[in-house]
Amino acid sequence: MSVEFVEPPYVDSGEPVISARDVRVWYGTTRGAIRAVDGVSFDLAPGETLGLVGESGCGKSTLGRGLMGLLPQGAKRDGEVWFKGREILGMKAKDNYRLRGHELGMIFQEPLTRLNPLMRISDHFEESIKQHDPGATKDAIRARALEALRLMGIPPTRYRSYPHEFSGGMRQRLMIALALVLRPSFVVADEPTTALDVLVEAQIVQILNDLRRNFHTSLLLITHNVGIVAEACDRVAVMYAGRIVEQGRVTDVFENPQHPYTRELLRSTISLNTTGLNFIPGSPPDLVDPPDGCRFHPRCPDAMAVCATKNPVTLDRVGGGRVECWLVGPHEQIPPGGTQPLKQEELAVADEA
Amino acid sequence: MTRSASGSLPRYILQRTLLVIPMIWVILTLVFFVLRVAPGDPVSAALGGKLDDEALDQRRAALGFDRPLIEQYWDYLSSVARLDFGTTFSDNQSVLHVVRDNGGATLSLTIVAFIIALMVGVPLGLVAGRYRDSLPDVLIRLFGILSYAAPIFFVGFLLQAYLAKPLGLPTSGMATPQTIFNVEEHTHILLIDVFLNGNSIYIEDVLKHLILPATTLGLLICGVFIRLVRVNILQTMQSDYVEAAEARGLARRKVTWRHAFRNALVPVITVIGLQFALLLGGAVLTESTFNWPGLGQKLVDYINDRDYGAVQGIITIFAVAVVLISLLVDIVNALIDPRVRY
Repeated sequence: MSVEFVEPPYVDSGEPVISARDVRVWYGTTRGAIRAVDGVSFDLAPGETLGLVGESGCGKSTLGRGLMGLLPQGAKRDGEVWFKGREILGMKAKDNYRLRGHELGMIFQEPLTRLNPLMRISDHFEESIKQHDPGATKDAIRARALEALRLMGIPPTRYRSYPHEFSGGMRQRLMIALALVLRPSFVVADEPTTALDVLVEAQIVQILNDLRRNFHTSLLLITHNVGIVAEACDRVAVMYAGRIVEQGRVTDVFENPQHPYTRELLRSTISLNTTGLNFIPGSPPDLVDPPDGCRFHPRCPDAMAVCATKNPVTLDRVGGGRVECWLVGPHEQIPPGGTQPLKQEELAVADEA
Repeated sequence: MTRSASGSLPRYILQRTLLVIPMIWVILTLVFFVLRVAPGDPVSAALGGKLDDEALDQRRAALGFDRPLIEQYWDYLSSVARLDFGTTFSDNQSVLHVVRDNGGATLSLTIVAFIIALMVGVPLGLVAGRYRDSLPDVLIRLFGILSYAAPIFFVGFLLQAYLAKPLGLPTSGMATPQTIFNVEEHTHILLIDVFLNGNSIYIEDVLKHLILPATTLGLLICGVFIRLVRVNILQTMQSDYVEAAEARGLARRKVTWRHAFRNALVPVITVIGLQFALLLGGAVLTESTFNWPGLGQKLVDYINDRDYGAVQGIITIFAVAVVLISLLVDIVNALIDPRVRY
């Protein structure tokens, strides 16, 4: 794998575009707070793509929306997110809103319902560009919009069409064009290919791959498809039950996963060589009342006694990145007898389902 | 190329207009046979017990009720096609004239009531939906339920009792006899004729007479609009495209107006059409409360007289009007919503 040694292009400085520190998001419910994101930290350099993977319900989308400020009512955010030298979680909602579009962009999971059915594509572009560049002339707007469409492979003849006249894949490309025409520095793409078929998926992945070259955008790519991460991302963060359990360069992490969850997740991926299906028994924990110690220990095949009692410590990975797992260390903090294999409770049938 | 892809509007309108013909035929057939299926015949219903059998038979023959049903049916269809809606049995008038003379009153009452309902109901619904569960929302919802649930004659009575005196508004009829006598007939719609006449005294008189009945009827309909608009706003405010517009940093005001409100009003148009059709024949209670010489009132009179000729003719005209209104609604919908054009 020669890719390993190729530096991601266009990373011009060490200064991250966005840097999250101990970000937390809660949803208030009658049962108590759901801690959907619980102490997440990462950095994203200009033009870099970070893949965020994990199974459903582990807080990936919540994290993406939390960064955008698009959380539903009743959700609370905490921690720090530095964007171009400004802290955005603590700023007034109004100022945060102003960043959206031309600084922070978002691409959604369901392209079919994300465009206003009563408005032409041209109207969508015009209102978005006008919002952030009130002085733009109609011709300039048109030129910018058509250029963005061209990069997405949509012919200019479709500029005046209505959303329902496009296929799902085209609508997702429209959504990407609509987000990128505003030239945001940071884009959250929340499972942008989940609703699309594989051929279209490949197309979209290619487009996202080209983003760095064409728009120099930093991308947080949320997905549960490990293959997409391998193709389109520079770095990967593996999320489990509201925490990033391992992150680092894609090649490093995928070739040498150090967290058992990363390893099991990779093993569960289906490819042409797959002979038997592999899965991780059980399901992610209840985030109102997560298990003590490491949150993965009830499902972890390598769990030790210490995992059920003490929170794992975040360590630097060998070869860059970070991981939090007692198997990696720090060994001096494991109490005596802590390395004994943990006797796993039998998984109830209900949990399996 | 794009034009054909977005569905041709003229072609849609043409297709939709052609569809009116079979629709009207089905409705006419229904009207004809439903009235015939009812037990007894018009003559014995109206005059049974008052005349002997022979005299009744004579009357039936005179009205053509002794002929085979299929022949009567054909006569009915062909006369409707010639815009001949028959004559009333009780006072031997052309149904078309009855509808023309009384329909104008109903039409002006209905239209003004609609304007009031839309002007009150839509903004209130928008506010209630936009600021869900706030105090204004609670109050507006309460108002909507009350105005919809309160019986018309009760609301009409309240307005007559508490508003008429202090505001100096008349409580009965369309105008003072003087006005009716002096305003010459052009359109058979007093509200229009009085403006054609141009005398401000008469205009004021007619408008004053209109306020209470139109408000009463308008309040009833505005309850429907409040609830409908509110529910639609709640839906569109949570829709994916509204969130996407917010994610693009579009000003909240624009998101609310261009994305949420506009889309929420589309179903309202359909309901406007339905309600309007309903009201053409259904303003009876308002008309009788305010002694308004409208068609609903007239229809009730004819039904009480067992005047089948009048009932059949008036219902036929209503039916045609409903079909035409639904055509209009569909065309307006197609103009607004491109997805309809297919």
